[in-house]
Amino acid sequence: MSIPFTHFLVLSTLLFFIGIYGFLTRKNLITMLMSAELILNAVNINFVVFNKYLYPDQLHGHFFTLFIIGIAAAEAAVAIAIIINLYRNFSTMDVEEIDQLKH
Amino acid sequence: MEFGYTIWIALIPFLAFLITGLAGHRMKPMVSGLIGTVGIGIATLLSYVAAHQYFFGVGKVDGVYQKIIGYKMEWLRFSETLAIDMGVLLDPISVMMLVVITTVSLMVHIYSLGYMAGEKGFARFYAFLGLFSFSMLGLVVATNIFQMYIFWELVGVSSYLLIGFYYNKPSAVAASKKAFIVTRFADFGFLVGILLLSYITGTFDFVLLTDPEGAAITQGSGIAFMGLSVMTWSLILVFMGGAGKSAMFPLHIWLPDAMEGPTPVSALIHAATMVVAGVFLVARLFPVFALSAPAGLEIVAIMGAFTSLFAAVIACTQNDIKRILAYSTMSQIGYMMLALGVSGYGGADGLGYMASMFHLFTHAMFKALLFLGAGAIIHAVHSNFISDMGGLRKYMPVTHITFLIACLAIAGIPPFAGFFSKDEILVAAYQNHMLYFLVEYIVAGLTAFYMFRLYYGVFWGKEKTYEHAPHEAPASMTIPLIILAIGSATTGFIPFQKLVTSDGMAFDIHFHWNIALPSIGIAIAGILLATAFYRKGSDMPDKIAAGLGGLYRAAYRKFYIDEVYQFITKKIIFNLISRPIAWFDRQIVDGSMNGIAYITNMVSAGMKDLQSGQLQQYAFVLVSGVLILVLSLVYLMNN
Repeated sequence: MSIPFTHFLVLSTLLFFIGIYGFLTRKNLITMLMSAELILNAVNINFVVFNKYLYPDQLHGHFFTLFIIGIAAAEAAVAIAIIINLYRNFSTMDVEEIDQLKH
Repeated sequence: MEFGYTIWIALIPFLAFLITGLAGHRMKPMVSGLIGTVGIGIATLLSYVAAHQYFFGVGKVDGVYQKIIGYKMEWLRFSETLAIDMGVLLDPISVMMLVVITTVSLMVHIYSLGYMAGEKGFARFYAFLGLFSFSMLGLVVATNIFQMYIFWELVGVSSYLLIGFYYNKPSAVAASKKAFIVTRFADFGFLVGILLLSYITGTFDFVLLTDPEGAAITQGSGIAFMGLSVMTWSLILVFMGGAGKSAMFPLHIWLPDAMEGPTPVSALIHAATMVVAGVFLVARLFPVFALSAPAGLEIVAIMGAFTSLFAAVIACTQNDIKRILAYSTMSQIGYMMLALGVSGYGGADGLGYMASMFHLFTHAMFKALLFLGAGAIIHAVHSNFISDMGGLRKYMPVTHITFLIACLAIAGIPPFAGFFSKDEILVAAYQNHMLYFLVEYIVAGLTAFYMFRLYYGVFWGKEKTYEHAPHEAPASMTIPLIILAIGSATTGFIPFQKLVTSDGMAFDIHFHWNIALPSIGIAIAGILLATAFYRKGSDMPDKIAAGLGGLYRAAYRKFYIDEVYQFITKKIIFNLISRPIAWFDRQIVDGSMNGIAYITNMVSAGMKDLQSGQLQQYAFVLVSGVLILVLSLVYLMNN
């Protein structure tokens, strides 16, 4: 007895849109970073699930997932470094305050 | 090539120009003056050698003076048959012009060592003189009409530079601009004429163009336009350029104003060389004029006759010594033009041609002398006006005697040079049309009158109070005066009919006592009248002037030609043409450009707020864009 295919897809879709929502609405840069991680994890689930159900004898989807996890770790390090620097310069974490790059 | 060295006659002044122009401010003024003078001196010697070699040696083959190409290089090739060359063409008139130009230029160079001494820009002055000499020499030896045009413009430029030499004097600047614009306007006609002429004849080359049996002349006059052949039209346009440079009515207005330049410049450019360029141009193309466009020649004659009379009348009323000489120059150039206009081609028919060249030669001598003499006088009394002068003969004996010789020469008193050349012109005019003869006969009398009015006004009459006692000019100024005076006295005896003729063949002239005697008579009458009026001073001239009323005032104001030009340019051209064009340019042309710029500006101003700096806004746009794309893709795939 296995969990149906669609459940996984519903889960990953929910995760993805929660991530999008968080990224668009949260003003705190750290929270936005976490939302981005959610989006990445939604994608990871999709990769693994499609690999399992469509090509069970191959491992490409797993490799992709591992890659994404690795890159997400690196990305988190870079993003947090940027955020720390932003905080030092602007004394704030609010993304709406940091709007110097404009016309 | 035995005449290969003739190229250096033109190039040496150019080198002098380069040296004095580029390094003149580093050397002592006198050094640059001497460089220029020595340079033109060498050029003068070379041109004398060339003249001797040409006229008494290799120039004559079977009794006919040949056209010899001394030097030639291809400069610009348009097609198989059409190319512009640069080179040296030697024939009687160009060799004669070489002698005239280098001689007068040398005299002016020497004279200026004294006259311009201590002036600011002494080296610059000599640089410009060198440039002018180079351009003028290049003009007369041109092998083709285009080379002539190039040097023609160079002459215009250097004349502009020299007239405006005192560039901080507003009147000099205005005069130089006027001279440049008026002659440039005339040169436009010249250029169009050249293009037409070369289109018809298929060549620029003077040798081909003026060959009487050549294709250019025999086939050139086919198509007609407004009653005249296209050939005639092209020559009339070419003559327009000549009329501009030679100050023929109505393009003469620049010449009197050009007297703002230093006096030696007036002697060089506006008496002896540049202003006869127009005469030289017509003479150069004379076979074409005479054989295929007699109507063009008629126009030359009419213009010449009218200008000579017109200018002589004005000269009688002027008060500025240099302006009198300027109008006298116009009048004498009118003589030369008329002589060309009434001349036929070949042998004794070419009497007018010979007379014109003869007069050009003698006129260069005595008019340069008159101007240099006037310079010496102005140098002494610091004024241009004859009303400020009088009784100078005691103070300036050399200037007085040489000036008198020049006056006698221009008035046509034998045995001075002007008598012989003017007499030939009168004979030529007499043989062509009685009216021309009468006009020139009257002008001869007027010439004698106004020259002696000037002479008596300056050297006799009542002594005026001067700032300091007038003194004779230094030797560097009097020596050229003496040399030119010798020239003015003796050049009349040169047998021009043996040397410079329309077809290169010598002919015999018969002395016409029936014309010579009356012309001496009217010259003496003019002199006697001037003597009676101005030697002691009398109130007769004022009474006559008052009696003539409006006519005198009109002549004094130069027949209002300047005012007419002002009216035409300021009122008519500015208001009717320039203003509408300017309006169109500002409103329509600029307006459409500004409109496009305005619209672009507005659109971008509206759009620039999209870049807000809000990260989440960008992310929202990105996400919604992706969503729209995905949804529309799904929609399309379902259909």
